[in-house]
Formats: sequence, structure tokens, C-alpha cells
Amino acid sequence: MSLNPDEVRRITRLARIELSPAEVEQTMDQLNAVFGLIEQLKAADTIGIQPMAHAVDVSQRLREDRVTETDRHIDFQKIAPDTEAGLYLVPKVIE
Amino acid sequence: MGHWEVVIGLETHAQLKTQSKIFSGAATTFGAAANAQACAVDIALPGVLPVLNRAAVECAIKFGLAVGAQIAPRSIFARKNYFYPDLPKGYQISQFELPVVSGGSLSFQIGQGDNLTEKTVRLTRAHLEEDAGKSLHEDFHGKTGIDLNRAGTPLLEIVTEPDMRSAAEAVAYAKVLHALVRWIDICDGNMQEGSFRCDANVSVRRLGEPLGTRAEIKNLNSFRFIEEAINFEVRRQIERIEDGGKVVQETRLYDPDRKETRSMRSKEDAQDYRYFPDPDLLPLAISPTWIETVAQSLPELPAAMRARFAQAYELSAYDATALTATRETARYFEEAVAAAGRANAKLCANWVMGELAARLNKESIDIDAAPVSPAQLAGLINRIADNTISNKIGRDVFDALWIGEGKDAESIIAARGLQQITDSSAIEAIIDAVLAANPKSVEEFRAGKDKAFNALIGQAMKATKGKANPQQVNDLLRKRLG
Repeated sequence: MSLNPDEVRRITRLARIELSPAEVEQTMDQLNAVFGLIEQLKAADTIGIQPMAHAVDVSQRLREDRVTETDRHIDFQKIAPDTEAGLYLVPKVIE
Repeated sequence: MGHWEVVIGLETHAQLKTQSKIFSGAATTFGAAANAQACAVDIALPGVLPVLNRAAVECAIKFGLAVGAQIAPRSIFARKNYFYPDLPKGYQISQFELPVVSGGSLSFQIGQGDNLTEKTVRLTRAHLEEDAGKSLHEDFHGKTGIDLNRAGTPLLEIVTEPDMRSAAEAVAYAKVLHALVRWIDICDGNMQEGSFRCDANVSVRRLGEPLGTRAEIKNLNSFRFIEEAINFEVRRQIERIEDGGKVVQETRLYDPDRKETRSMRSKEDAQDYRYFPDPDLLPLAISPTWIETVAQSLPELPAAMRARFAQAYELSAYDATALTATRETARYFEEAVAAAGRANAKLCANWVMGELAARLNKESIDIDAAPVSPAQLAGLINRIADNTISNKIGRDVFDALWIGEGKDAESIIAARGLQQITDSSAIEAIIDAVLAANPKSVEEFRAGKDKAFNALIGQAMKATKGKANPQQVNDLLRKRLG
């Protein structure tokens, strides 16, 4: 399997990354090289082996249902580009 | 032109009743000041890690048990990737492969009287996920305001098979699901606050044909909107096909003001969510012991309680359903029956669903805050059952109890002198007086006018201020005139 330039452009759009035409070519080559690695992995015999979602075979630690966080929005908003009345302000979005 | 069949599946987001968020220790209280409950994890500051809330998992287990589903011994959290300012991480943590709950079903009755039928809707799955924040599009100098208090609030997304065949069935399912999540206490069910919201997948086909192309209507937050939106969408799709057109797969929004759905995005711009397992979260393991412990804590479920009420108290299916609409109503009814005696169960049912329900509804009071306690109502019912007072006087006593005029029915009846007159000689004396005062009516009755008899009964009841037993007055009067 390999990607064509249109597919690479679609991926850049989904990832909100801007690439020049030269970079598209370069990225395409890099991604296609990754597919080479995947082909190698696919050659391994995995019959009868349960797929793992993670590299380590342990399970999720759970947290008790307690409120442990306090209101720190004033600190957090010091690094925000724009705020008003406790809200973060962002460029207008209408779907 | 063939007959059309409507095919509907619902996806419901139920907000889980936890103190803290699904992956952080921030509070979930509704209505806090903007961003006061959005901690470093919720606003996705670099370097933070999610830690799963045990109570959210427990809610999912409860739900799975209540609908007879499988609880996965091992399930996985996935990232659903999309960009929107109210989703600061750039992905929502959800479940994709291996959800925590799969299968199960919900059964309910639909229709009325002779058309009452049992309907079963199969569930595909229910999975845990986090909610996003809120975007406020009112004008902030041409910008959008973002409140992340809701970001990270735990949700259970409950997905059905395409088993519903009308808007009415979809609404019936949504109501039963709504009652169930409140019954097992995993969701407050507040639809105005968005704690329970539905997406409807709607398609139409000619009978016997394969499934048609579906449209998804997003974010229906009232039962009325579910019904209106589906009915509109069904008409729209049928008209389009009959005009020779095609239904396109798309996401639509319902506009309650114009009572119509309109396109939000088509399949071509459908989001590509690129799900993959979240490397920050290890698989969730649920042991059989944990499931067993949760099963022990589960209350009697509405369907089982409904069947028990019908059998043990000899109630109709209608009564049993109404009395098990909420756990609080069922509890009130059972406490009243316990105090009034099983023989008076039907009378208790009538009072709980009648006078009490009407009064609670009128004054917008929840049944567990009713000014008349189950014991007080039972006391009143016992006095009706033993003929101390009539049902009609009973309503006056109920009003008196409601406003706190006395501590029990007994004392109100005594204080107001409301005991029914059952002494025959006393009633006879009253009847004699009424007959003497109304010779014209007596004359008319003897001439064959039945209406005159009713007039005399009315006079006699008036003379006793409604305290005589109407049947007894009737019998004695007929005997006197006979």
C-alpha cells in the first residue's frame, strides 16, 4: 500500500497542517516508508494471538469519585490569547 | 406506490451522575461560573494525564445489568479526533472497539386499550465517553466564547439497533430509557440541562425492500422534539423518493421554531475521526466480583416491579405501569398500601394516581416532598374503606391534610364533624323532614317522574351536608315512598 499526493493533502487537512507542494512530496515519501515497515510487521505470524491495545499488559488504575480540583481559571487564563467574563475567546466558529 | 415502512435507531447520551469528571477531579455541578470547573486535564494543558473515575464505570455496569447486556471483562478507550474550539485536546476520549456494554434490550408497552402491544428494542452497545465544552456564539466582539466546565463530564452513549417503526415508538423507547436511567440512579434525566439527549437515525423503505439511506438528526433534547423531528423527516424522505429523488446520507439539525430538519453536513464532508486506542489509558478491566457487587446493589427494576404490582395488588397493567413510572411513586404507593392494608390496594392506587398526582402536578411538587405522607393518605383511605366518610368528603379531608390542618384524617374528621351518618333512624328522620317540606316532588314521583326522586335525594344529602351515605339514603327513601 502507498499514498498518493491527494491522500497526503487530505491528511494534512485533517491534521490542520499546512505543507508546501515540495513538502507534500517529501511527506508522502516518508509516510510510504512507514508502510514498508508495516508490511514487514504484517509478515509476522499472529494466528491465535489476541490483539493488544497497549504495549504493556496491565489494566487501568481507577480513581475514586472525589472532587480534588479547585477553581484556577484565573491562573490558566493568564496564558490565553483572549478572555472575557471567564470565557476563552476564539475566532468566530459557526457550523 | 407501495406502503412505506419507517426505520429508526436512536443514540442517546446520558450524563452520568458523578461528583467529579470522568478523567479528572474537577466538579460536574451544573450552572457554575464559566470555566470555574475546568481543571488542567479538562483544558488539556500539556503533560496532563487522564485517570478514569470508578463511579462512571460503575454506572455503566449498572446500566448493562439493568438491560440484560454483556459487561466486557476488558474494554478499551479510543481517541476520536476532530478540531473544534470546545474540544481542547483535539480529540474526544470515547470507546470504539470493545465498548464496556454490548447487547441487551428494553421492552415496553405501546398503544392503549385493545391496541396495547409489547415492543422490544435491541441495544447494540453502550460506551463511556467524555462530553465537550460549550461554545457561546453570542457576539463577543466578533469572537466565540468557550466555557469548558462541561468538558470531561462523563457520558454513557446508548445505541439501539434500527428496531423502531414510528416516531411514537421512538418516543416510547426514549421515555422508558429515561425512566430507567433515573430508576437505577445513574443520570438525573434533566433534559433542559442536556443531561439526556438523543440523536435519531431515520430512513424509509417500501415494505419488503432493503434498508433505505438514513439521515441522522442530532441533539434532540425533548420528547416532543424527537416526535416532531422524526415525523418531519419521514415526510421529507417519502416526498423526495416519490418525486423521483434520492435521500442522501447526511447529518441534519431540527429547528423547533420552524418544525423542520435541515442539513448540517453531507456524507462528503463527513468527519473522518481516525479512531485509535488512547495510549494514555490502559484497558479497563471489570472483574466478575465487581459485577456481582454492583448487581447486589441494584434496586428492583421497573419491569419486575410492574409485574409484581399487577399480581400482588391485583392491579391492571395500566395502574401497575403508572405506579412504577418512578421509584419515588412506587415507594409512596407501597408505603401507603403497607399502612392501609393490602385489601385497600386498589383504593390506594386510585388516590395516588388521582387526587395526589393531580395536586402534585398542579403545585409542581415531587412526590417524595408531598405534604401528605403515605401514612396520612392510608389513614384517610381506611376511613373511606370503613364508611366513616364518603369518597367525596375524603377529598375535603385530603385538602385539609395537604394544608396541614390536622396531623391525621382521624383528627380532621372529628374536628370538623365529618363522620358519615350511617344510623338509619337519623337518616329516616331527615328523610321525613325532606318529604314534609317537598310535597310537590313527592306528588310528581308518585305520578311516575323519576327526576323527582333524584331531587329528593339531593335535598336529603344537602340536609346532611353530604355526610350521609348516598346509597343508604337512596334505599331508605325508596322504602319510604314505596
